[in-house]
Amino acid sequence: MSVTHTVPPIETGRSGLQKLLRARESGLVVLIVALIAVTAAIQPTFLFSDGGWRELLRQPTILILIALGEAIVIITRNIDLSIGSILCLSTYTSGWLFANVEGIPIVLVVLIGVALGAFLGLINGLLVAFLRVPSLVITLGTLYAYRGIAILWIGPHFIRSSWLPPEFRALGTMQWVGIPVLLLLVLIVVLIVGWFMTSRRAGRDLYALGSNPEAAKLFGLSERRLTLNAFVTSGALAGLGGLVYLSIYATGDARVGTGYELEAVAAAVVGGVAIVGGSGTIWGVALGAFFLATISSALPVLGVPSLWQQAIVGIFIVGAILLDRVLFLSRTRRAKRKGSES
Amino acid sequence: MTDAPLLQLTGVSKSFGAVAALVRADLTLEAGSIHALVGENGAGKSTLVKIVGGLYQRDGGEFTLEGRSVDFHSTRDAKEAGIAVIYQEPTLFPDFTVAENIFVGRQPYTKLGLLDRARMRRETRELTQRLGVPIDPDREARGLSIADQQVVEIAKSISVGAKVIIMDEPTAALSGVEVDRLMGIARQLRDEGKGLIFISHRFDEVFALCDRITVMRDGTYIATNTTSETTEDTIIRQMVGRSVENLFPKQETTAGAPVLEVDDLTSVGVFENVSFSVRAGEIVCFAGLVGAGRSEIARAVFGVDRYDSGSVRVGGSAVPAKNPAAAMRLGMGFVPEDRRKQGLAMEAGVQSNITLAIRDRLSKFGFITASMEEPSARTWATRLQVKTHALDTEASMLSGGNQQKVVLGKWLATQPKILIVDEPTRGIDVGTKSEVHRLLSELAATGVAVLMISSELPEVLGMADRVLVVREGRITAEIARADATPENVMYAATHAAGDDRETAA
Repeated sequence: MSVTHTVPPIETGRSGLQKLLRARESGLVVLIVALIAVTAAIQPTFLFSDGGWRELLRQPTILILIALGEAIVIITRNIDLSIGSILCLSTYTSGWLFANVEGIPIVLVVLIGVALGAFLGLINGLLVAFLRVPSLVITLGTLYAYRGIAILWIGPHFIRSSWLPPEFRALGTMQWVGIPVLLLLVLIVVLIVGWFMTSRRAGRDLYALGSNPEAAKLFGLSERRLTLNAFVTSGALAGLGGLVYLSIYATGDARVGTGYELEAVAAAVVGGVAIVGGSGTIWGVALGAFFLATISSALPVLGVPSLWQQAIVGIFIVGAILLDRVLFLSRTRRAKRKGSES
Repeated sequence: MTDAPLLQLTGVSKSFGAVAALVRADLTLEAGSIHALVGENGAGKSTLVKIVGGLYQRDGGEFTLEGRSVDFHSTRDAKEAGIAVIYQEPTLFPDFTVAENIFVGRQPYTKLGLLDRARMRRETRELTQRLGVPIDPDREARGLSIADQQVVEIAKSISVGAKVIIMDEPTAALSGVEVDRLMGIARQLRDEGKGLIFISHRFDEVFALCDRITVMRDGTYIATNTTSETTEDTIIRQMVGRSVENLFPKQETTAGAPVLEVDDLTSVGVFENVSFSVRAGEIVCFAGLVGAGRSEIARAVFGVDRYDSGSVRVGGSAVPAKNPAAAMRLGMGFVPEDRRKQGLAMEAGVQSNITLAIRDRLSKFGFITASMEEPSARTWATRLQVKTHALDTEASMLSGGNQQKVVLGKWLATQPKILIVDEPTRGIDVGTKSEVHRLLSELAATGVAVLMISSELPEVLGMADRVLVVREGRITAEIARADATPENVMYAATHAAGDDRETAA
C-alpha cells in the first residue's frame, strides 16, 4: 500500500465491448429471423408446411457439427480442410456396417463412425504437430488422400436406404414437440462443446495457444498436445456429421461432403471466429452455420439463380471478415488512445 | 527459516553447440533483497535468466533454491518452485481479459463447472490495487501499454506465490513515470520478503533500487558488489575489463571529404535530432546498447523506415526519404542486421545473391542469364574468399560467416560510396570475424565511407576512426579513435547526454 500511483487507472468500455461481442450472435439471430420471414412471406410453404418446417430445422445440423470442429481448429491458429472427406468415409463406413453386419446395434455404428473420424483427425494432428508443416498444407493433402481412399473403396456404388435399419431411418424424421430430434441432439453437442470451450481450462488453453503461441510456449502449454486435441475433435465431429448425413438422406456415395470444408470455414468466420486464432465463440459458430445453411435453402425458394447463390454467400463471408477487421481496428485504436492519455 | 540463500547458482555453465553462452556463472540471491545483474550485451545474463526460469537446462554447476538442489525441465517446473520471470516484452494472451491472464491455466470453477469469473475479477482487482495500479480486470489484454502488461505479469507472479521474481530489462520500454511506478512495486515486493533479480543497463536505476550488483562478462561471473560500497566506475571497469589491443588489423587511412551527411534526423518516439557525417575512407562506428536506436537510425538513413524531419545527403545530393532505390542510385549500400531475413535470398544461389543489387546494370533488354551474372559474382566471391565449391550453392547451405561475405559481396558489387553495415560479425566465428574486419578496413582504404553498427566494444574500438555513442535515440558522445576507451564508451552508452561528469578515462 506504500505505493502512490501517478499513472491514472485504465478505464474500459467493458459494457461497450461486451455489447460488440454479443452483437455478432444477436446480429446473426436477427439475420436468420429476417431471412426466414422474408422467404416465408414470398413462399409460405418454406415455413408453413410439415416438410418445409422440418427441412428448415434439420438441414443445418450437418454444417453446425462440422463448423464446430473447424472452429476449434481455427481457434488454435490452424485449419482443417479434410473434414468433407472424413465425413464421406464415416457416412459410407456406417452404411456399409449396417448392410454387412447383421443386427449391428445403431449405437455401435455411431461409435465406430465417430471413432473413425477421430482417428483420421488424429493422423492430421500428428502430421501437423510433429512435422511442423502448416496445417493448410497437411490437411489439403489429406483432403485428397481421404477422398482417394473413399473413391478406391466405394467406386461407383452408393448406399441404398434398404441397407439401413428402419429405426435409424426414423431418426431422420423423428420429432419431439415439433422439433426434429436430430436438431435437439446437435444442440446438445453444441452445448457440450460450448461449455468446454468457454468454461473449462482445457478449452481455454486452446484459445491461449491461438492467441499468442510464443507466450503459450513460455507458459508451458504443450503445443503438440493441444494441436492433437483440436484435430481429433474436428475429425470426431466430422464423423458424427457423416452419421447425421446418413440418417437424413439415407444414401451416399464417394462424393458425399465434397466442398463441406469450405462451408465449415465460412460458417466459423461468419460466426465470429478470427482466422488468426484466439477468439470467437461456439455459440456464434452454431448461429453462423445455421444462417449459411438457411441461406442456401432460402435462395432457391426466393428464385435467386443458382449462380448468384454462391456469390451471395461469398458476400456474407467477406462482410463478416470486414466487420471483424473494423471492430478490431477501432478496439485497438481506442485502447491506444487510452494508453496515450495516461 | 533456513540460513541458506533463497537462490544460489555456483559455477553454472551452458553451451549451444560450440558456443559457450555461460562459462561459470555465480549468483546468490537473498530473500527480501533486490539484486542487480549487469553486463555487456552477450555477457550471459539472458541465458542465466532462462536457466533459472526453466527454459534452458544447465550443462554443469550447482543450482539451489532455499538450500535444496533443483533441476527444472520446463518453465512449468520453475513456476511451481516459485520462480517468476517478467520479460522485457511481456507475454500475455491478447484475446483474454486481464483477469483471465492472471489466472490462465488455473482458472477457478464454480460449483456448476463454469469458470468463476466473478472470483477472478475480484482477486485481480485486489492484486492490482495492492500494487497501486488498478487495471480493469475485464478489459482485454490487447492494447495495454507495456508498463501495464508488466504490472499484470507481476500480479500474476504474486498470485501464484512466487518467491523469486526476475525482471529482464523491464524498464527499457518504459517512460519515466512508469519506471518510478515499477521501482515502487519492486521495493514493495522486497519488503514483503521476496527476492528480486533486476536486469538493467541504466545505472541510475540499478544504484537507486538494488542492494547488490553482480557483474558478468563473457559468460563468467566477475564480482558481486554491495551497492552502498561501490561506484559506477568500479562496475563499468568490471563490465569491460579486458584488453582490446590489435584484435583487428585496422589500416590507417586519411579521411577525405564528407560522403554521408545526416542533419537533425528525427523520428518521433524512435530517435531525435541525430546529426553526423562520415567522410571518405573513414570508418565510423555506432556504439551503444541493444535497443538504443542505432539500427533504426541506419534504416531511416537508407530509406527503409520513415522519419519525421531532418535531411540525409550523399556526396552533396539530398537523398529522398523512404526510397532505398534512390539511396542505392546515389551510392549507398546497406548490410542489414539480420542477414537471413533481410539480406539474403536463402533459397537462391551465391551467384544470384551477389548480383541481386546490380541486376539492372548486368541485364540486356530486360533479360538476364547466368552467364551475364557469372563474371561479377566470381570476382566478388573470390575477393571475399567465400568458401563454397560452386557459385550455385544455395545461400542457406553456407556458414554464417560465408553468408555474411555473400551479403557484403552483393553490396560491394554495387561499388558504393558509403556502406552501412549493421552488426557485421554477429553470430560468426572468430576467424571469419577478423576477415570481415579486414575487408571493411580495405574497403575504407580505397576511399569508401563506412558506417558500422556494433554492440561489441572490442570491435568498435578496434575498427572505428570515430565512435558515435547512441543512447535512447540520441547521439550522446562522439569520441575520436585515439581517445576511445572501453570505459568512456560504456559510460556514454549508459548515461544521458548532458550528464557532463568527468570520465575516468
